[in-house]
Amino acid sequence: MIAPGEQKTITFRIRRQDKQDAQPYWEVFELPYRLNLNVISCLQQIAENPVTKEGRQTTPVVWDCNCLEEICGACTMVINGTVQQSCSALVDKLLEETGGGDIVLEPMSKFPVVRDLWVDRTRMFENLKRINGWVPIDGTHDLGEGPKESPEQQELRYGLSRCMTCGCCLEACPQFLLDNDFIGASTIGQALYFNEHKTGAVLADERLDVMMEPGGVNDCGNAQNCVKVCPKEVPLTLAIAKIGRQTTKRAFRYFFAGR
Amino acid sequence: MAPSSKPRTIIIGGGLAGLAAAVRIAEAGMPVDLFSMVPVKRSHSVCAQGGINAANKVARQQGYSEYMHFDETLYGGDFLNHQPPVYDMAYWAPRIIDLLDRMGVPFNRTPEGERDLRMFGGSLYKRTHFSGATTGQQLLYALDEQTRRWEAEGLVTKYEFWEFLWPVLDEQGECKGIVAQDMRTMEIRAFRADAVVMATGGNGLIFGKSTNSVICTGGAAARCYQAGAWLGNPEFIQVHPTAIPGEDKCRLMSESARGEGGRVWVPRKTGDTRRPNEIPENERWYFLEEKYPAYGNLVPRDIATREIFWKCQEGYGIGGGRMVYLDCTHLPDATKNKLAGIFEIYEKFTGDDPRHMAMKIFPAVHYTMGGLYTVYTARDDYKGMVEGAPNNMMTNIPGLYAFGEVNYQYHGGTRLGANALLSCIFDGLFCGLSVANHVNDNVKNRADDLPEAVFDGYVKQEQDKAQALIDADGEDNPYTIGREMGNVMTDRCTVVREAEGLAKCLEEVRNLQQRFKKIRLSDTGMWTNQTLSYARAVWDMLLYAEAIVLGADARKESRGSHYRTDYLERDDANFLKTTIARFDPATGEHALEFEDVPTPLVPPRARTYGQTEQAAAGAKA
Repeated sequence: MIAPGEQKTITFRIRRQDKQDAQPYWEVFELPYRLNLNVISCLQQIAENPVTKEGRQTTPVVWDCNCLEEICGACTMVINGTVQQSCSALVDKLLEETGGGDIVLEPMSKFPVVRDLWVDRTRMFENLKRINGWVPIDGTHDLGEGPKESPEQQELRYGLSRCMTCGCCLEACPQFLLDNDFIGASTIGQALYFNEHKTGAVLADERLDVMMEPGGVNDCGNAQNCVKVCPKEVPLTLAIAKIGRQTTKRAFRYFFAGR
Repeated sequence: MAPSSKPRTIIIGGGLAGLAAAVRIAEAGMPVDLFSMVPVKRSHSVCAQGGINAANKVARQQGYSEYMHFDETLYGGDFLNHQPPVYDMAYWAPRIIDLLDRMGVPFNRTPEGERDLRMFGGSLYKRTHFSGATTGQQLLYALDEQTRRWEAEGLVTKYEFWEFLWPVLDEQGECKGIVAQDMRTMEIRAFRADAVVMATGGNGLIFGKSTNSVICTGGAAARCYQAGAWLGNPEFIQVHPTAIPGEDKCRLMSESARGEGGRVWVPRKTGDTRRPNEIPENERWYFLEEKYPAYGNLVPRDIATREIFWKCQEGYGIGGGRMVYLDCTHLPDATKNKLAGIFEIYEKFTGDDPRHMAMKIFPAVHYTMGGLYTVYTARDDYKGMVEGAPNNMMTNIPGLYAFGEVNYQYHGGTRLGANALLSCIFDGLFCGLSVANHVNDNVKNRADDLPEAVFDGYVKQEQDKAQALIDADGEDNPYTIGREMGNVMTDRCTVVREAEGLAKCLEEVRNLQQRFKKIRLSDTGMWTNQTLSYARAVWDMLLYAEAIVLGADARKESRGSHYRTDYLERDDANFLKTTIARFDPATGEHALEFEDVPTPLVPPRARTYGQTEQAAAGAKA
């Protein structure tokens, strides 16, 4: 930890982009140092007084956020080269890591930029639709309890269900690119989540069929970056392995039984 | 004029209330257009940690019942809640849990595979269902998934990153749609609908830093208010005693820290800048233990809140600021391990480990009990509402509904823990049917039959307002005004209220309204302009703030979360009433009136949680 008093200012280097097809550029902002800042509170200060280090008036930096508690997944960005949520990115920790150096903010590179640090993650939500990401209940009428579940099974499903569609796993994945069709670790995790529920499993074959299409689970290169950057420790590599085995079994069934 | 197509509904907000309504209305076969400022999966409901209350098999065999849940909710709410809707909510709760269970919510399980339960405030029975430490997230995801299913079926259309600007009313004053703005392209356009559901949550941002998410400005409700919808009980705002103050927001710290032996203190010397572990024992002021020797740090929630607040007002807060210490460093390792989950949250956001460093906490605005005023049709015996009655949770504007936190119903003077998730889902599921019935049975003039000019007029109105903000060339800064509003509202109109402070608060809010008229935006572009969106919300918050202060001033009693040092007692004779606020757009004036709260099922009784402490707290003032 940098001792209070040593650090007088914090320098932010921010990669900006006015629109999706505009050229990116860099702006530098200098803020007075205080203890216990996070990246979001610094962006809020910049919004209130958008003046660069050189003293030039500019526009506030645009970014996506909501809960600020690292549970909604909105404020993901690349901070000093590491993808993470900006609400839980503590300035003191970042300064400690760089010895008081600049803090560099960039938008995620695997999604189209809307403006500045705000990217369009529609692809992630569309993928949830593709895999039938729901439990097909009969309706909202009173039909009694759901299926019983062991605490171990609940623990597995709870771990998968903490995925907040933030995109960290996809930013870190060498296989998931801005312009290819790989479905990515988060969606594979969700496929397992629904397949592991007794009623959700009714659609398991449909989900596995999607996973066998081009861009499905076989496109995973096993780099295992996803699980390292996941802020919620979702068991992504376990999901990839399990879904991979289930698709292999389904492929055999297609081959020998034709269904 | 185009021939009428199928009737449509609009829902504003994709938290638990909005999504439950979307699922229920789509199930009734009616198309839904769902608007949200964020992808619905990122709505503020994700933040709820604790759980969701319902009478259940085990508690039932120990003597608990839906009726007791109903009674606890009224008692907690200091009898300001309307009873028939609360009755229905309590009786529907077990069925709602079952439904969520069928949707796949990973509720914690017992070794036998049953849903596990935990204790929560306001009850002597284990009646709270939970899913890890993220119950709200898990419930929201289940409803998000069901909504996605209806989206895939074509009955739900999502408009994410669209901001609600204004309700569209026809000549008869019925709601026929909305005007909204795409937050990316900044396009402003009208959408037609035969009914509109507001499910837009609370207004914590009016108080600056709260436990709420950044979109919880109350702006949407304030826009309906300006368009003629009434507010109910705007002065009722719940403050949670222990939150982690951050530079950007306050994050909740569970009361279990005090329950396990955590001690609250401040340095005896004002403005002491030493770290807490450098301050010797005799220079620490354990003010709760000193003032309440019997209960110590475990005084009831409202008293803890007020005492911490007062200490900081007197200048004893850490470094002269708005924080006190909550110290768990002295606890044995076994106890510290029990608190590992909440310690982790603290460490993640402050970088300090509460095992070795006292936590810094302060009360924070947490929940909006008041909101848009709504009506309902009670059953003849008052035991619930008439199921499917078209006016259930409709505002005074026909066709405009309010569900969830933005609805003033259910929680009265203050809300019990783990009842919020329930009331939001109940509103959506139970009253969603009312929306469909209203559209099918009551709507005579279809939105699709209205001339385009009606909608064009509203679009023009909103475009002009946006352009006026863009063109404003004053000196003041909307972010600065927003921050100052939060400070004065927190100082004068949260934990402790009295006539003089409220008068100053009102003056300051009105000053800020004047200053707002001379602002300048630092971004005047027309692409993803977040400054425009925020500035617009600041004006709406300033008007809503005024209604809150006026309500707080007019309610000359103490009830639930509303504590007046100049009127310490609850006064049922004069104030067992709903505050109704109306706004006159012509004059910009707010008008208040009081409406009796009927108590057909349970007569009001004294709220005696920790009454001795109440008296002691009263003596302080």
